[in-house]
Amino acid sequence: MSDVLAITEHRRGELRDVSFELVTAGSDLVGETGGDLHLAVIGGDVDAFADELALDGVDTIHTVPEGDEFNHDVYVQAIAALYEELDPTYVLMGNTVNGLDYAPAVAEQLDIPLVTDAIGLQNDGNLVVTREMYASKVESTVEVDADHAAVTIRSAEWEPTEAAGEPAVEAFDFELDESRVRSRVTGFEEVGGGDVDISDADVLVSVGRGIEEEENLELVQNLADALGATLSSSRPIVDNGWLPKDRQVGQSGKVVTPKVYLAIGISGAVQHVAGMKGAETIIAVNTDPDAPIFDIADYGIVGDLFDVVPELIEQFE
Amino acid sequence: MKVLVTVKEVAEVEEDFQLDGLHVAEQYLEYDLNEWDEYAVEEAVQIAEENDDVEVVSVTIGPERSEETIRMALAKGVDRAIRVWDDALDDVDLLDVGAKARLLSAVVEEEDPDLVLTGVQANDDSFGATGVSLASAIDFEWAAVVNALDLDVDGGVANVRRELEGGVEELTEVDLPAVLTIQTGINEPRYASLRGIRQAQSKEIKPMALSDLGLDDAVVESDLVLTDVYEPETESDAVYFEGDAGEQAAELATVLREKGVGAQ
Ligand SMILES: Cc1cc2nc3c(=O)[nH]c(=O)nc-3n(C[C@H](O)[C@H](O)[C@H](O)COP(=O)(O)OP(=O)(O)OC[C@H]3O[C@@H](n4cnc5c(N)ncnc54)[C@H](O)[C@@H]3O)c2cc1C
Repeated sequence: MSDVLAITEHRRGELRDVSFELVTAGSDLVGETGGDLHLAVIGGDVDAFADELALDGVDTIHTVPEGDEFNHDVYVQAIAALYEELDPTYVLMGNTVNGLDYAPAVAEQLDIPLVTDAIGLQNDGNLVVTREMYASKVESTVEVDADHAAVTIRSAEWEPTEAAGEPAVEAFDFELDESRVRSRVTGFEEVGGGDVDISDADVLVSVGRGIEEEENLELVQNLADALGATLSSSRPIVDNGWLPKDRQVGQSGKVVTPKVYLAIGISGAVQHVAGMKGAETIIAVNTDPDAPIFDIADYGIVGDLFDVVPELIEQFE
Repeated sequence: MKVLVTVKEVAEVEEDFQLDGLHVAEQYLEYDLNEWDEYAVEEAVQIAEENDDVEVVSVTIGPERSEETIRMALAKGVDRAIRVWDDALDDVDLLDVGAKARLLSAVVEEEDPDLVLTGVQANDDSFGATGVSLASAIDFEWAAVVNALDLDVDGGVANVRRELEGGVEELTEVDLPAVLTIQTGINEPRYASLRGIRQAQSKEIKPMALSDLGLDDAVVESDLVLTDVYEPETESDAVYFEGDAGEQAAELATVLREKGVGAQ
C-alpha cells in the first residue's frame, strides 16, 4: 500500500486546472497501489477550495489556512509537516511555474528523489515515470529506485476529475517558522505592451524562431495582411523584442482559440502548445518533419517558410 | 560581491537521428550553451557592470568537451569558470537533481557567493529543478522563473518578477543571499566580441574532481534509473500538402478559403 499526497494549486481565489488533474493522476496511482489519496490545499479560502475539491477518489483533504496566495516558504514548510504526519509514499505536485518554485525544495527538504514534468505514471512495485527529453524529440522512462518520491506532472496530460466524492476534510495545524519565510509576494501584474488582443482574433498567423531575423518578420506580417489575420508569435520572438509581450501565445503568454492557427517556423514546445491547442484548425509550416507541432496539426507543410510563405501571399493577392 | 552562475552545455538532437541504447547516437547531437543559461550569464555580467567590485564565476558540471562552450560565457564577461567532472560521472545515464544539488553545494561552499543565478531549465533533460534544489540544499532563499531583477544589495533584497501562466507576473521580494532561476527574455544576451573571445582564452577554467570538493563517489549515486529511451510515436493525423512550395501553397490556399479565410 502506498499513499499519495497531492498538492493543489490556486491563484487569485481560484483553483487552477492542474489541481483537478492531480486528483486524476493521484487516484490512478493509489488505484494501483491500494493506498489513500490525500490532497493538501494551502493558503487562501481553504474551506471553499475544499468544497470544490470534494471529488471522486479523494480520501482526505487537508486544509492549511496559511496566507492568501502562494508563498513557497510556507508551502515547503506545510508540505514537510504534512509529510511527516502522513508518511505518504509519493508527493505529487504540478509542473507549473509555482511547481517549479517549490517542488524541488520539497524534495530536497524531505531528502527524496524528484522526477519532474511527468507525462505518464505506472507502478509495478517501483514507480516508473514517463517523460520527454530534448524538446520532446525523445521520450524516456525513469524508474524510481527508492521508497519515497516526489513527482511533478505536466499540465493538461491527465483528464481533470469532475465527479463528486465524499472525502474527509481535516484542518491541518502546524507551527510556521516565520524566520524561514524569506520572500514576500507583493503583487501581480498583467503583461501588456501592444494594441491588439490576439485572443479575440479568428485567424492567427503565428511566427516562431524559424524566421531567423527581425527584418524577415515583414514577410509573415504581409501574409497576415493578405489573409486578414492577426500576427502572433512563439516566445523567442518576444524575448528578442521583435513583438510586444501580448502577442505571445503559450503557457506564459496568451491562450488563444481562433478558428484557424497558422504556425510558421514554430517547433511546438509544450509551453507553446499549451496556448493554442484549442484552435479549431491548426496548420503548421516547418522544415522538420518530426517537429512536435505536426502532432497536433490538422494540416501540415513540410517545407521552408521562405519558399512557402511568398507563394501563399501570392495566392491571396 | 560574488555572483555564481551555473551553466550547462546541452545537446540538441538533429532532425533525423538514431538511438544507441539509452542515448541518442553521438553523431546526431550538437552541443550548445543552454538557452536559459545564456540569459543567466548576461544578467550576472550586467550586475557586475552596474555595481562595484563584483566577481562573476561560472560553474558547470560537464566533461572536458564542454570547455569550448564555457569559453563562450567567459568571452561574454564571466571572470573565471569552474568545471566539475569525475570518472564517476562518466557512467551516469541520468544525473538526478539531488546529485546535481550536492555537487553544486560543494562548489558554493568553496566559493561563498552572495547570489547564484541559474537557468530555469536545461533544454536536454528539462528537469527544471536544479536552481531551487540547490537553494534548499545551501539554505539560500530563492525565486524561480524570474524575468526581471532589481537588486538592492545594501538592503539585502532582490526585487523580482516571476512569470506565471497566462500573462500574469508576480512581484516578489527575496531576501539575499538567494538563488534565482532566470527565464529567457529578462535581458538581451550579448554577442561575444572578438576582444572578449581573445580574452577568454587566458581566463581560468578550473577542473574539479569529486575529491577536490571533499566528496566521494557516493554523491553521484542516483535513485533514478533510466530504463528506456525511444522516439515517441507520432500522433500526427495531419493532412500533408505535397509538391513544390507553389503547389503546397495552392492547396493550403484552397483549404483556407473553404474556412472563409481571406474572403474580405
Ligand atoms: C516556464 C516556461 C514558459 C514558457 N512559455 C512559453 C510561451 O508562453 N510561449 C512559447 O512559445 N514558448 C514558451 N516557452 C518556451 C518554449 O519552451 C520554447 O522554447 C519556445 O516555444 C520555442 O519557440 P519556437 O518554436 O519559435 O522556436 P524553436 O523551438 O527554436 O523552433 C523553431 C522551428 O522552426 C523550424 N524552422 C527553422 N527554419 C525554418 C524555415 N526556414 N522554414 C520553416 N521552419 C523552419 C525548425 O524546424 C523548428 O521546428 C516557455 C518555456 C518555459 C520554461
